[in-house]
Amino acid sequence: MLSHLRHGPVTEPAGAVDAATVQALAERLDSASRRRLGRSLEVRHVAAGGCNGCELETRMLDSAVYDLQRFGLTFVASPRHADVLFVTGPVTRNMREALTRACTAMAEPKWVVAVGDCAIDGGVFKGSYAVAGGADGALEVDLVIRGCPPTPGQMLEGLRALVEANA
Amino acid sequence: MSAAAIIASGRVEPCHPWPRHLLTTDQWTALAEALTEGPSPELLGMWADTITVHALFHVVEPEGFLLASVRVEAGRYPALSPARPAAAWFERAITDLFGHRAEGGLDARPWLDHGRWGVTAPMSPKPVPRPGPPDQMEFLTAEGDGVHQIAVGPVHAGIIEPGHFRFHVVGETVARLETRLGYAHKGTLGLMRGKSPRAAARFAARLSGDSTVAHAIAFARAAEAAAGTEATPRAHALRGVMAELERIANHIGDLGAIAGDASFNPVPAQCGVLREAILRAAAEAFGHRLMMDVVIPGGVVADIAGPGPTAILGALDIVEEALPDLVRVWEDTASLVDRMAGTGVTAPPLVAAFAPGGFIGRAAGRNFDLRRAPGYPPYDTVGFAPPVRGEGDVDARAHIRMAEIAASVDMLRTWLAALPGGAISVPLPMASGEGIGWAEGFRGDIWHWLRLDGGLIGSVAMRDPSWLQWPLLVAAIEGNIVADFPLINKSFNCSYSGVDL
Repeated sequence: MLSHLRHGPVTEPAGAVDAATVQALAERLDSASRRRLGRSLEVRHVAAGGCNGCELETRMLDSAVYDLQRFGLTFVASPRHADVLFVTGPVTRNMREALTRACTAMAEPKWVVAVGDCAIDGGVFKGSYAVAGGADGALEVDLVIRGCPPTPGQMLEGLRALVEANA
Repeated sequence: MSAAAIIASGRVEPCHPWPRHLLTTDQWTALAEALTEGPSPELLGMWADTITVHALFHVVEPEGFLLASVRVEAGRYPALSPARPAAAWFERAITDLFGHRAEGGLDARPWLDHGRWGVTAPMSPKPVPRPGPPDQMEFLTAEGDGVHQIAVGPVHAGIIEPGHFRFHVVGETVARLETRLGYAHKGTLGLMRGKSPRAAARFAARLSGDSTVAHAIAFARAAEAAAGTEATPRAHALRGVMAELERIANHIGDLGAIAGDASFNPVPAQCGVLREAILRAAAEAFGHRLMMDVVIPGGVVADIAGPGPTAILGALDIVEEALPDLVRVWEDTASLVDRMAGTGVTAPPLVAAFAPGGFIGRAAGRNFDLRRAPGYPPYDTVGFAPPVRGEGDVDARAHIRMAEIAASVDMLRTWLAALPGGAISVPLPMASGEGIGWAEGFRGDIWHWLRLDGGLIGSVAMRDPSWLQWPLLVAAIEGNIVADFPLINKSFNCSYSGVDL
């Protein structure tokens, strides 16, 4: 108890979400007449063939420090339950079909987020015989989060922009 | 003649720091035969270039390392997998990438090649176009009353890399598991060819992101050996600091994940906070949470930041304060012990056959750690005895990791108290030559080999520890219940990308 009083909570207060990003996402929603999902988004992660660096940092979002769930965001096991597809890694030719099938399994309306430089355009792996490219070559991408890998803070900011746009 | 003597009788080819022995096909056949006599020399890796197949062996007593090669004739070479089962995965990968076939091999099914690249043998001088839909994968089977299959992946339920697990089960008991990987194959070796070591280091750093430092060190050491140069004492010390931070961060993260798979959630909650403390210290000291792209051939790209040592020492204090409680929870919590002890045991004959590195080997009596032997700087400056246990179960693997965290904390304090001065890197000459480099990552022994032609990479190989650990995982799960698979799998935590290349 004393230790808790001394140290305080480990969960960090979240910073402001980039207003321009929220607005762009909201306009994207409105222009497609998509239904707003409210302040609760279920997220399905798919590793499309990366180096596992993005997975390491994504997993930190569930730690007490970032505490993803306080923002209404939850990683779920099935694409059937998901509102958001969170794609990491370059899309390898060996994973392309599995990725598109995961997205197809999701109910509309849905969001696709390309997380990390590889998921955006293939990153350092672009041009390989084994790499199809970024996620936008296989799916319609709504939001990109840059970095190699992006920090958990950057990932959180991107996901929170989605929540705000859907609010 | 012993296997080691046969290798030594091969023609010496210049490779640094160890010579490589080029065997005739007859000598290689004799080697394959001699290997059936016992588990030593252990096979640590196999790889290929366009005309040759190479293998790395570890002689257990007296301890030593041997490189052997054989020319591929008419697209074929004699297989080693009948004598060394782990060779089967290497042989399949070599066939998929280069088209060289292992004659008499245990398994000729494709591995990395899922029939989706548009070509076959993409690393060969003339890849052959391969149009059309991919072939249906064929799986190993198990037959009997009540046997059914469970297919998992390539998209897993958690935040995990892609791969496919095919279980054959009887009720809850696993009769056979086969892992089918290759989904994360990025053609990394092909992208590295023709580049300078400096440019190619970015790919070595992304073979397996969780081991980015260790792979970058092994790659840099191979390039430095090939170019006939050596990094500076300060670079060695900074590499050591980064490597041990990486080890601590991974061990902590995995301990949390293992306990989480046993539904004992206080441990992952605490480990997440500890891991974050280490990653933030790494970012403050080296500008990147995972310390990616800091190690380069010739040294390190940037010096440790001014506040770096203080940040690291502060994080180490937090870890050290928490560690005794973590160990106590692991030892005293019945619900953890019940799930861990006796689960996922790696049988001694299999450990001898597969020669798994890292905590997997050291939890099963295999006292093998590259920091100890053959050794490399800066580990020659610290007294170090890797912890070893004999049980070979989930519990032993977790305990080895906790002991390794404590050892890494001591090493880091020693180095940070007296970082050598001087330059952080030396230029790498535009040389031709061949070299092998190594580093002990958190998973175990990492090996990189490359040949430079006029300063550019002609051939390269990267051997992640997981190559010898995945097949052992498959064996260790047999007879366990399906519900314990996530736990056993997490206690191994093999890299997908590391073997998918």
